[in-house]
Amino acid sequence: MNGRFTRLAETDRPKVNIIVDGQPVQAMAGDTLMVAMLSSGTSLRSAEFGPEKRAGFCLMGACQDCWVWTADGGRLRACSTPVENGQQISTSQPEVTWPNHG
Amino acid sequence: MAEPRVIAEPRVIIVGAGPAGVRAAEVLVASGVRPVVIDEGRRDGGQIYRRQPEGFTRGYDSLYGTEADRALSLHETFDGLKDKIDYRPDTLVWNISQGRVWTNANGRVDDLEYDALLLCTGATDRVMPVKGWQYAGVFSLGASQVALKSQAVSIGRRVVFMGSGPLLYLVASQYVKAGANVVAVLDTAPFFARIKALPKLLAEPGVLWNGIMLTRMLQKSGVRVMTGVKPLEILGEPETGVSSLQFEAGGKVHEIACDAVAMGHHLRPETQLADLARCAFRFDAVTRQWLPVVDADGRSSVDGVYLAGDGARILGARSAEASGQLAAMTLLSDFGIAASDRWALRQAVANYARFATGLAEAFPWPHEQIADLADDVVLCRCEGVTVGEMRRVDAREANRAKAFNRVGMGRCQGRYCGLAGAEVLAAARDLPVEAIGRLRGQAPVKPISVGVAEDEA
Repeated sequence: MNGRFTRLAETDRPKVNIIVDGQPVQAMAGDTLMVAMLSSGTSLRSAEFGPEKRAGFCLMGACQDCWVWTADGGRLRACSTPVENGQQISTSQPEVTWPNHG
Repeated sequence: MAEPRVIAEPRVIIVGAGPAGVRAAEVLVASGVRPVVIDEGRRDGGQIYRRQPEGFTRGYDSLYGTEADRALSLHETFDGLKDKIDYRPDTLVWNISQGRVWTNANGRVDDLEYDALLLCTGATDRVMPVKGWQYAGVFSLGASQVALKSQAVSIGRRVVFMGSGPLLYLVASQYVKAGANVVAVLDTAPFFARIKALPKLLAEPGVLWNGIMLTRMLQKSGVRVMTGVKPLEILGEPETGVSSLQFEAGGKVHEIACDAVAMGHHLRPETQLADLARCAFRFDAVTRQWLPVVDADGRSSVDGVYLAGDGARILGARSAEASGQLAAMTLLSDFGIAASDRWALRQAVANYARFATGLAEAFPWPHEQIADLADDVVLCRCEGVTVGEMRRVDAREANRAKAFNRVGMGRCQGRYCGLAGAEVLAAARDLPVEAIGRLRGQAPVKPISVGVAEDEA
C-alpha cells in the first residue's frame, strides 16, 4: 500500500508491528506514530468539522491536528509519540466522540 | 531592576532547551547556579538543532548542513551540562501563575516556584490560509523539516514549498539533498523586495551568502523557483488529500500536480507563557506581530522574567545562542551573582536584529493577499471556520471575535489562524491590524487531559 510519507534514509532499523483500527501496520523502531501510519496510509483521522481526512500539520506538538487514541481511550499526539511494538491505535476516539474538551 | 535582589541561591527555571535555553543554562552553571531546564522535546536542541532519535545514524553534515558545527557544539555543551542541571524533558509548561510554573509530564503534574524565569520558548510557523489547506498532505514548512531531520522521511512524493522567507529555500534544498522530489518553490515575495532589503541583509554577509547559494543549488537541480506568486487553491479530494496546486505568477494562472504542500511565511514567536507571566507586549510594525517587550539585555517588563531566542522575537538560531547567554548574564547580574561585560553580546543581537528586519522586508508577510481571500476559504483549520465568517463577525477586536466565531479557540489555540484572522478582520473593518489586538494566551497553553487541570488548577 502506498503511503503519504516516503522514507529517504535510516531504513536499516529493526521492524516494529503495531495495530491501527484492527489492521496490522509495519513500522520501524524510532518511528513516530505519525510516520508509521503515514508510511503505509494517507491519513490519521477524519476532521470533526469537515468532510476531509487529516494527516497532521505542524509535526512539533503545536497544532494538535494529529490526535489518535489508544485502546483504553488515552489521547496521543501521533507526531511526537514513538511507536512501541504491539501498540493498538484507534483513529477515532473510543466511546465518546463529542464534546471533546481536550 | 534598579538594585540587585540578593538571594544566595536563586531558583532559576529555564523553559526550552533550544539554542537560547542551552546557552543560558551554560552561563548559569558556570556561575554555580543549578537551573531547572524544562523542555517539551524528548531531546535537547529545540526545533532548529533537533536531534534525531537514538539509533539513527545520519551525520551532522547531512542533518544540519552549513550549521553542523554549531549544532554539534550545542549538543555537546548540553550533554556536558546534564548532571549540573535539573533537566526535565518531555514536559509541558501549561501555566505560569503566582511565581510558579505548572508542568505536565505524561499526566504527572508538578508546580515549581521560581525567583527567576527565563523563557526560551521558540517559534512556530506563520502560515497564510489558502483555499484547500485543510486537505491531508498540507503541512507547515517547519513540519516538513521536522519530518526529514527527525524521521528521515519526505512529506510526499511530489512536494511543493510555498510561502516566503529563508526557511522556504533552506528546507527545499535539504529535501533535494536528501533525495526527495521537490517540484516547485513558490515565493509570494516579489524578487525586487530582496534587492531593496540588501543593505540590511549585509549585516550578516555569511548568512546572506548561504541563502544565495541555496537558491542557486535549487535552480541547478532543476527545481522550479518562482517569486511574486499569488496562491489560488490547493486542489484535492476529502478522502485522498492534495492533488495539485493552482497559483498566479507573471499574470498567468499555473497548476502543478503534487501530493504534498509545505507552507510557511517565516515564523511567529510562541509567546503564550510570556503572556501568562504578565509580560507587556508591543506591536511590531515590520513583522506585523505583537511581541513581548524585551530590553537590550533580555529583561521583560516583569521583574525576574527574562526572554531570549525566537520566543521573544524572530532573530534566528545564531542570535538565539547570543540572546540566551545575554539574558542569563543579565539575570546573574540582577541577582548580584556575577556581572560580566555584556557589550559584545548586545552588539551581536542588535546586528542580528538589523538582519532580521532585512529578512522581513525581503520576504514580507503578504497581508494584502490575506485580506483578499475569498469568503469560502477555511481560516481556522481546527474547526473549519471560514474567512467569510470572520468578515461577518460582530466584533472589531480579536478576543471578542474569538468568543463569537471560535477562531483561536480550537485545537491549535490560535497559533495557525490568529495572525491571518487579524488581517482579515482588520481589512473588513478598515482598521490597522494593530487595532484588532492579539489573542490572549490562556492556560493551559496546550490541551491537557481534563483530569489533570481539574485536580491541580
